Formats: sequence, C-alpha cells, structure tokens
Amino acid sequence: MTRLFTSTVGKKFVMAVTGAALFLFVVGHMVGNLQFFLGAEALNRYGHFLQSNVELLWTARIGLLVMVALHVWSASALARANRAARPVQYANWKPNSASYASRTMVMSGLIIMAFIIFHLLHYTVKVPAVNLTGKDFNTMTETLTGDSTRHDIYEMMVLGFSQPLVSGFYILAVGLLCLHLSHGVSAMFQSLGLKNHNYGPYLDRAAKLIAIVLFLGYIAIPVAVLLTKCGGCCP
Amino acid sequence: MKITLKVWRQKNANSPGWFKTYQSPALNENMSFLEMLDVVNEELANRGEEPIAFDHDCREGICGTCSCVINGKPHGPHKGIATCQTYMRSFRDGDTIVVEPFRAKAFPIIKDLVVDRKAFDRIQHAGGFISVRTGSAPDANAIPVPKENADLAMDAAQCIGCGACVAACKNASAMLFVAAKVSHLGLLPQGQPERYKRVKAMVTQMDEEGFGACTVTGSCEAVCPKEISLDFIARMNRDYGVSLLKGEPKKIAGGGAA
Repeated sequence: MTRLFTSTVGKKFVMAVTGAALFLFVVGHMVGNLQFFLGAEALNRYGHFLQSNVELLWTARIGLLVMVALHVWSASALARANRAARPVQYANWKPNSASYASRTMVMSGLIIMAFIIFHLLHYTVKVPAVNLTGKDFNTMTETLTGDSTRHDIYEMMVLGFSQPLVSGFYILAVGLLCLHLSHGVSAMFQSLGLKNHNYGPYLDRAAKLIAIVLFLGYIAIPVAVLLTKCGGCCP
Repeated sequence: MKITLKVWRQKNANSPGWFKTYQSPALNENMSFLEMLDVVNEELANRGEEPIAFDHDCREGICGTCSCVINGKPHGPHKGIATCQTYMRSFRDGDTIVVEPFRAKAFPIIKDLVVDRKAFDRIQHAGGFISVRTGSAPDANAIPVPKENADLAMDAAQCIGCGACVAACKNASAMLFVAAKVSHLGLLPQGQPERYKRVKAMVTQMDEEGFGACTVTGSCEAVCPKEISLDFIARMNRDYGVSLLKGEPKKIAGGGAA
C-alpha cells in the first residue's frame, strides 16, 4: 500500500482523488457565492450560517488544507520526476496534439496557489494591507434585530471587487483555474482508470463545458461590481 | 528532389553532441526516409566522413527498431506509421528536415540517432510474460474469450515497443508501452493468474528506469505507429489500483514442502 505514495501511478491516484475533492469545493464555492445576486440579506445569512458553526467550519477548512497539501505534494514530486526523465530537451519540439491546458498544468497550478494565498488573506483573514481600499474588512458588520451583529459580506465583496487590480487578478486566476480544470476534470478519471472509449469522449467534452460554466459563474461577481461602479463614476 | 538535413551527431554516450547540416544528393521522392539516410551516408562514406548512425531492421513497420524524431514528431509527419514507412514524397524539394534521437534519461544515446532502449526489455522481463507453458494454439472455443476482449488484446498486442510514446511525451513517460503490454496479457484467460502481480512488477520497473509519469496529454497516442489507445493507460491504472487493494499475498506458516 506504500506504493500509493511511492509509485508514479499511485501518486496520480492521490492527485486525482484530492483534485476531485477540490473540484467539488470549487463548484460549491461558486454556487454559494452566486447568492450575491440575491442581495445582501441572502448572502450575509449564508456567510453567517457557514461561520457560526465553528466545529464544522474547521473540519471543512482542515480537510481542504490537507487536500491542497496532498495535491501539491504529489504534483511537485511528479513534476520533479518528469523533468528528470528528459535531461536533454529537443531542439525542435512539437506538442503532437497535446492541448495547451495539459502542457501547462504545473504553471497554472502554481499561479492558482499564489492566488489562493492572496484570496485567503484578502477575504478570510481580512488583512487590510492586501485589499487596496484602505479599509479594514473586519469592521464591516451589520446589526440585526436584538443587538446581535453579523459580518456584512455583501458590502465587503462590493468594496473588495471595486478595486480593478484585485478584480483583475481574481479574473486571471479564475481563468487559469478553469483552464486547469478543463484538463484536470477528465484526466482525473483517466488516472483512476475510470475512462474508456464509450464515455471518455463525453468526459473530455464535459470537462471543457464545466470549466466554461465555472469561469462565467465566478467572474460574474467582479464583473458586475466593476460595471456598477463604472456606471456610477462615468456618466 | 534535394533536401537539407540537420542531424544530431554524437560520438557516444559520454561525448557532447551537436547538430550538423548536410545537403542531400539528388533523391527519388519515392525513397523511404531510411533509404534517404542510406544515400546521404554513402556520400559521407565516399568523402571519408563518419556516416550517420541510425537504427533500422525490418523496414516494413513491424519490428519497432527504427526511431528518430523527424521535425519534432517521432516517426515523421504521418499518423500510424514508423520512420521506415515515411517516404520522401512527404517532404517538399528544398525542405530543411531536423532529425533528432529519442530524448529520455531512460534511453541513453549510443551514437548519433541510435538510443539504448533496453529499459523496455527490462520492464518486459519484470512481468510481461506468462510463467507457465500455454501450449500451442487451443482448439476453437476450448477457452472462451469474449470477442471484445480478443479485439482489445489484439489492439494492445500491436505495440512494437519502438519507444515513440516516450519520445513524444513531455514527461518521457513509458505508460503507453507498459499499458499495452499489461493489457495485452491481462485481457486474455491465460494472463489472468498473474494479472495483478504483473501490473505491479512492470510499473515498479518502469519507475526504476527513470521514465516520467502520465499527464494525459495524449501525445503518445498521437505519434504511436500502431495507434495504441490512451484507454489502455486507464486500464493499466485500474488494474494497478486493484492490485494495491488486493495487497501482498498472505504469508502461510508451515505446510508445503519446505
């Protein structure tokens, strides 16, 4: 069973299973985020629901961190072995029908990782220095009936995404994530041996379609914020 | 027709290599790529220069000996054929053709375009066989084999072990070769007793030889002269997963002739 962590095929199993878990999170996160369009009440209630259950919140967070750690570990171990397997490069190399996404998985993955760190500092840890607005997201709360307060996520998102640099990085990173998934979502089935000539082509097409849907779903919020802000300032 | 040939020259595994450019003499466009190299070599020999070393044997696409990466693609521009079946009519008069050896750590260069592919033999020795005698061809229907399995086993058995999959893969991975060999025997009744032991042993040897892993780019399948499908890699991964779940055989204390 140690072969799961020592063999190339075993490491691909680890990569595929952790990738699948992270993919499910990415889908859930988008669906949750899209409540932005239902207004402040719906979004803030959802955010409060997630954050108030501390035990489950940390279970989910630790679970995700373990998934990320295993995904990154298997990727870096395999990438090192892959690089070592061809010490002398071709002078004249052609991709030979390898897609752009499949050839750039390591690079898209690294940029996505940098974005995840920024994104956590930005909206989860709420470090004021990285949001470029000069305001502290921690202080944004709304008062409910009966003196209790909850975090005003809606306001935070509007303010956060109104920074073009922040939104730009977000859109770029989400674009790369979707490029990563346009290959990864079908490749994980291949790695786990769950692919054949019958449904393989559908998996390939589904992965591309899912990537496009995720991209549109994710960029909808920053694009909407930027368009509204722009509509406000330029007549 | 005449072409310009940019070829990798390397004296042996330990000396550095470089590209050297040659002008070909007049060629017949119906020569095979290897015949073109023969003609160029003849001229080099006449001039007293060292001919270009390249691998070749059957010259009819079934032995898997010829190699070469021609203009960035193993076995040249066409699909489903080997270098020996590539003809000069595939190129235009005056073209520059870049010819390189297969590049992988597990395939060290012996000389010029000749690489050592014994790593494939060692993978085969690790498990690509059936240990007991399977006898001569069995009578029809004596051993039932589903038609679709027979077809798939035949597809996998097409692999000639040329190494183009390794040459084309950005990770120099040998998965398509190993998958073909694992699936070919794993799909047939005679291969069942050692099916899971085989996949484990062959993957272990593949890793030891220093081949890379699979990123599912599909370039192996695209350049394979026998058009072995990427689906066989999924099949190998599946068998490998099952072999991990089965674990090592239980140790038996006592009994038997010890």
